[in-house]
Amino acid sequence: MKLNIKDLPKIPERLGPGHRLCSGCGAPIVAKMVLMGTKDPVVVTNATGCLEVATTIFPYTAWKTPFIHSAFENSASTAAGVEAAYQSLKRKGKVKEEVKILAIGGDGGTYDIGLQALSGALERGHDFVYLCYDNGAYMNTGIQRSGATPRGSSTTTSPAGEAVPGKQQFPKDLTAICAAHKVPYVAQGAISNWKDLITKASKAFAVKGPAVLNVLSPCPPGWKHADDLAVEISEIAVNSKIWPLYEIENGQWKITYRPRENKIRPVEDWIKMQGRFRHLSRKENHHIIDEIQQWADENWDRLEKMEKATSNQGDSEEKQK
Amino acid sequence: MSEKGWKDLAAGGKITEPGNAAQYKTGDWRTFIPDVDREKCINCLFCYLYCPDMAIEVKEDSTLGEIKLDYCKGCGICSSVCPVKCIEMKKEEK
Repeated sequence: MKLNIKDLPKIPERLGPGHRLCSGCGAPIVAKMVLMGTKDPVVVTNATGCLEVATTIFPYTAWKTPFIHSAFENSASTAAGVEAAYQSLKRKGKVKEEVKILAIGGDGGTYDIGLQALSGALERGHDFVYLCYDNGAYMNTGIQRSGATPRGSSTTTSPAGEAVPGKQQFPKDLTAICAAHKVPYVAQGAISNWKDLITKASKAFAVKGPAVLNVLSPCPPGWKHADDLAVEISEIAVNSKIWPLYEIENGQWKITYRPRENKIRPVEDWIKMQGRFRHLSRKENHHIIDEIQQWADENWDRLEKMEKATSNQGDSEEKQK
Repeated sequence: MSEKGWKDLAAGGKITEPGNAAQYKTGDWRTFIPDVDREKCINCLFCYLYCPDMAIEVKEDSTLGEIKLDYCKGCGICSSVCPVKCIEMKKEEK
């Protein structure tokens, strides 16, 4: 089915206005686009994080779906419990309609604190979708570094100074970690490529068993960029290959978007847009930009190799039959 | 918007009205206000798709509807994604 923007307003709006996320925040755009991936009713569980805190300030909620706030670490296990209850009610005939379950966590609640709950839920094979909106630090509590924070980024717990130029480590590869659980569907997306993202979301909802979506979510106060740049900054992240768009469907890796030659940008362009990398423009820190570029290139090469290595998998299985 | 006492709340602190955050108007955060040139608009709906505050309505015939200024925080994403640059962010006079 071809995705048409004119059909999207007909899908019921699940996240309404009146939430108190910052002006220009990427998270509600991520959530609304992912929820456009299904027409069925959705139950949402959300780990503590910006999206949870700002959309459900008591006694108000911006959600028009059933919504459960869980602790920082257990969004995935809450969703697992909801799914088990739903399967039981369905067996008894008490619920007849198809219901989707969406667990949401920020990068702190997914890469770090919620990783074991997520790993457990993926391993048990619950039928749910996990969405990580990755803004690259603990933005809700005031920009502390997380496992997703890029190398060189200045945060309050990895401040850039004379001795240490921002975070020293590279982020971990959550998408690959989830793919290593051999779940049916894992994908990485960005809001700038909306067709790609909504298609991935509908695949994730349609699939039986666990699915994971990892989506880049720009953060104006944390990344220190202007309020209106969320989409542009995502686009440059994708085109500079620091945030490649790909999916792993039944073990088959596939790059879903290859920037054309004339669209490819150096990661320096992405870095220059953000105040959290401001110290990298100093001469003595310039080698970090080269390191990040090299890291992004190596990552892309690895993706190409994975795509090649797994592309014949389906064919050979068919041949065996 | 009046504060609710504990007697007015549902058991367990449940919120029983979906989407009731709509009663909370985030529009007064705004410094810049979007000004749409409807003659130039090509109804691509990118502004609707990218609005983080769900403040842009779409009409029945899939054309651009009202901008709900009660919720628009004035971030300017609509203006930056507009392919024909028909949304201008102007400083709001209050």
